[in-house]
Amino acid sequence: MSTPIVSDPAEFLVPQNQLNVVRWNIYFGFAILAIGVIMGLDQALNYARINIFQYYPGIRSYYQGLTIHGVFNVLVLTTAFANGFIALTTARGLGRKLNDALLQAAFWTLLIGSLLAAYAMLIGKATVLYTFYPPLKADWTFYLGLALVVISTWITSANQLVVLRGWRKEHPGERIPLMAFMSIATYVMWDIASVGLAVEVVALLLPWSLGLLPGVDPMLSRTLFWFTGHPIVYFWLLPVYVSWYGMIPRQAGGVLFSDTLTRVAFILFILLVPVGFHHQFVDPGISEGLKFTVAFITFAIFFPSLMTAFAVMYALEIAGRRRGGTGLISWFFKIPWNDPSVAAQVLAMLAFLLGGISGLMNASYTMNMEIHNTAFVPGHFHLTIGTAVALSYMGIAYWLIPFLEQRELWSPRLARIQAFLYFGAVLIFSTGMTAGGLQGMPRRTDLSDATYNLPSWRIPGIVTAVGGSLMFVSMVLFFVVMVMTIFAGKKNRTLDIPFTETVQTPPAGGWQIQLDQLRYWVLASIVLVALVYGPFIYAHFPPNLSSPGLQYP
Amino acid sequence: MESFEKVFLAASAIVLVVFLCALGYSTAGMSIHLPSEAGEIYCTPAQKLRKVLRKTPPFDNPGVREVAPGKYEAVVIGQTWAFTPDEIDLPAGSDVTFIATSADVVHGFLIPGTRVNMMLIPGEISKFNYRFRKPGEYMLICHEYCGRLHHTMSSKVIVK
Repeated sequence: MSTPIVSDPAEFLVPQNQLNVVRWNIYFGFAILAIGVIMGLDQALNYARINIFQYYPGIRSYYQGLTIHGVFNVLVLTTAFANGFIALTTARGLGRKLNDALLQAAFWTLLIGSLLAAYAMLIGKATVLYTFYPPLKADWTFYLGLALVVISTWITSANQLVVLRGWRKEHPGERIPLMAFMSIATYVMWDIASVGLAVEVVALLLPWSLGLLPGVDPMLSRTLFWFTGHPIVYFWLLPVYVSWYGMIPRQAGGVLFSDTLTRVAFILFILLVPVGFHHQFVDPGISEGLKFTVAFITFAIFFPSLMTAFAVMYALEIAGRRRGGTGLISWFFKIPWNDPSVAAQVLAMLAFLLGGISGLMNASYTMNMEIHNTAFVPGHFHLTIGTAVALSYMGIAYWLIPFLEQRELWSPRLARIQAFLYFGAVLIFSTGMTAGGLQGMPRRTDLSDATYNLPSWRIPGIVTAVGGSLMFVSMVLFFVVMVMTIFAGKKNRTLDIPFTETVQTPPAGGWQIQLDQLRYWVLASIVLVALVYGPFIYAHFPPNLSSPGLQYP
Repeated sequence: MESFEKVFLAASAIVLVVFLCALGYSTAGMSIHLPSEAGEIYCTPAQKLRKVLRKTPPFDNPGVREVAPGKYEAVVIGQTWAFTPDEIDLPAGSDVTFIATSADVVHGFLIPGTRVNMMLIPGEISKFNYRFRKPGEYMLICHEYCGRLHHTMSSKVIVK
């Protein structure tokens, strides 16, 4: 029959002191998100040329708010959530406790790093946006803070590998349980992907901001940034895939079909890291051949997501049919939509479908010339990171916070309303953004103060503002549900993590056992990185440190 | 692996390959090209890029010139927070090559309603060819954040 995807499904309990660190990570991430979404409201209204940042205490410009919005939502929240959630799934997946020192170190490194970066942004010395393209220059505290945030993920990865080594000693010849495999593969991918950002920040920007280097190389820096800047989206997405593959089937009342297919999908993410050049399709100084090569790899990275669409939808179909659903489509309405955790995450999947389509448009480089750096791009990524990932985080929180607190979710009804409202709101928001982008409405521009305008931007701008405001209302509901659960949820000491079972067991022999040898896939990934990035890096080495830089010009 | 798994995976792969072929056709068959390598401007930290540009052709003389009958070259410099020249005049139907660069931070170069869309990076030359068929006034805007007055950085292209 079916098999569990954790080593010890019933008996192992993660020690309370470790659960506490997981909880701090998650709460810190959501606290940061609260500030991020307040800044987000201003961004959305700005597209309708309504300026509210002037009423925000301490915020001096649209761009300062935008920097905080970007860095908090997609760097700090995502890292805090992954460090907490994935530490939990690793420990529970292998049935072993984590290393206490590394778990604590990762949290404190993240906290100190985030506070340093937050300080630089709040005093207005790091208004450089989430991409911080030099020669725009930020205070050194900003770069050091970002470096520490990245280091916290490496500490988490080291923790996983230490636990895995211990597990392997006690379980020679056994397959890594699927839950642990997905969790570890996520961080292994990120270990490779984060090198670009780490080199940019630690070797170039931090010394430059401290006056130790005379200048920066703008072309090399942005290339290093995007080396990490695209696979970072896998780092946001894969913890959510852990939930979609490993928990949602169980929550919906189904099972996951294939263990092997799941592992292959995660390995493809490890393999296909070097895609960052597709953010530089309209950059000078990069050959068209290289751009086409990267477009090819970018199309290839859609494949594991199509695999996921298949596997997860099939799991949901099993659930829907078990619950009495019939026909081609009607099973879809039989899955437990009244469970806010399921509803939020299935809606997130639907948004990801649309986000994937607009992503393919971005990746089609001739189309990219129409929409690069227009509002089309945030229209795309608010469906992916902003919904597929963020709404899934909220869906996960709807069981994770009750589990961590051992209290039942406060008002599942309000939580359900929150999820549906967010989904509807983001569809409106992204429609506005996408339509505006096709008319050349720029992104990341203070349109409420702009000296230029086009009549065709007016309605898309208003639609964006309406959608964004509704997203904000939905987020307020989310925080109400969270706070009320923590303080007023009904005590329940029986809550556990919803682990899926698989129909097809991982085979104990055959080619599939190679899937667990992550080192081979890492090696293959590094070879591909060297092929794609090697010639460019070689041509730009040593860096031409010719730009002295401008601090908030 | 079950057969319906294989069918789905094969269908996914085919869809992606077809899309990729369409992309290849748009480049090779329809000649829609991206900005790519078009030269660099060398500058040391001791020199000021702005001064180096003043001595580097074609940026020593920004503006529009006719290089062959019906073929134009528009040389543009972006700096915080303006484009030089602040107006580009072209006859309708003319074939223009924009040659542009930045004198300080990273800027954008976008003409809404067209596919003229480039990044201007200090030390790199950006080049893009376009034919303006319809007469009218087009906006040229900076669409990459470049400091506190980024949203005031624009110029115009007038096609008569």
